[in-house]
Amino acid sequence: MCGVCGCGNEDGKATISKPNQNHDHGHDHNHQHDHNHDHNHGHHHKTVIELERDILQQNNVDAARNRGFFEAKNIFTLNLVSSPGSGKTSILEKTLKDLKSEQDFYVIEGDQQTMNDANRIDALDIPVVQVNTGKGCHLESDMIYDAVKQLQPKENSILMIENVGNLVCPSMFDLGENKRVVIISITEGEDKPIKYPDMFHTADVCIINKMDLLPHLNFDLKKLKDYALQVNHHLEFFEVSATTGQGMAQWYDWLKKEKAEDR
Amino acid sequence: MHELSVAIGIVNIAEKETQKANKSKVELIELEIGSLSGVELDSLEYVWEAAVKGSVLESAEKKINFIEAQANCLECEQVFKVEKVYDSCPKCNSYFKDIIKGKELRVVSLEVS
Repeated sequence: MCGVCGCGNEDGKATISKPNQNHDHGHDHNHQHDHNHDHNHGHHHKTVIELERDILQQNNVDAARNRGFFEAKNIFTLNLVSSPGSGKTSILEKTLKDLKSEQDFYVIEGDQQTMNDANRIDALDIPVVQVNTGKGCHLESDMIYDAVKQLQPKENSILMIENVGNLVCPSMFDLGENKRVVIISITEGEDKPIKYPDMFHTADVCIINKMDLLPHLNFDLKKLKDYALQVNHHLEFFEVSATTGQGMAQWYDWLKKEKAEDR
Repeated sequence: MHELSVAIGIVNIAEKETQKANKSKVELIELEIGSLSGVELDSLEYVWEAAVKGSVLESAEKKINFIEAQANCLECEQVFKVEKVYDSCPKCNSYFKDIIKGKELRVVSLEVS
């Protein structure tokens, strides 16, 4: 609250100020002057700038730039998102191994630390760039722009972006991808889609991984899908096991079909 | 903690606009944040001080207009208040809906001096 006039924030929360700190708010106080010489009050004229500007606008502009580049080069781009440990890298490895003879692939790996994932992809002779976000919990579109400049993907290729393992933050950041793929494994809870609805709400495809473990678990597959469809009724599902290869053929069919339609 | 990215985004916008207007600091910043924007207000408060330190926003007052989400049911056209993106229509129980309000994440205005 303002000590001079008693004004407060409209949300009812107090403004806590340190001593000797300027008192800044949107109105002026009258100064009583009992003398009549001119002096500099140090008051600046205030200006209101009406903006109505989206806070994520810069990310969205950079994402649009990436998207334009991908379109011009006919590069089909996927943004793979999931919680840590759901098997994003394993699905990616299996996909690359099985399809690299018929399709050019490029990979951008996002993790807070280490080159581990990039090394796994590099072992398959696929061009890869690792983005280490440090303290950052998600990839942003300017990181993809920089990574793509290093990667130099060829025309007609598929670019796989493996986001930082996190079901919350990456959902807000468009990278310029064609499709967003959320991966969940059946060792996680069926209620993940309603616990982390933003990620499932913004995804186009949901890959359910570790299906080979189904006989050993108490996992209700229908419940998972029902929850996911409540959040986003456009979701398309693939049930796979990156370990055994079960269900991967349907995922590959989708990938090839989408790549062809992107032309 | 993507709220830090959001706060830094706000700082970047404020820095740019203040410079453009030939002013040195922001007195008041007005934000519009929807309940489905993906931003937790508590988390934003938590990172705010660190994000604005040394910037034109350092001593700015922040006013947040919080917007409750609303959806339009695609089955029965009922307009209803949404707390979660997977809420169903209170009238016909359908999950098919258009979210018409609540995704806002905007800087509405800056008062600079």
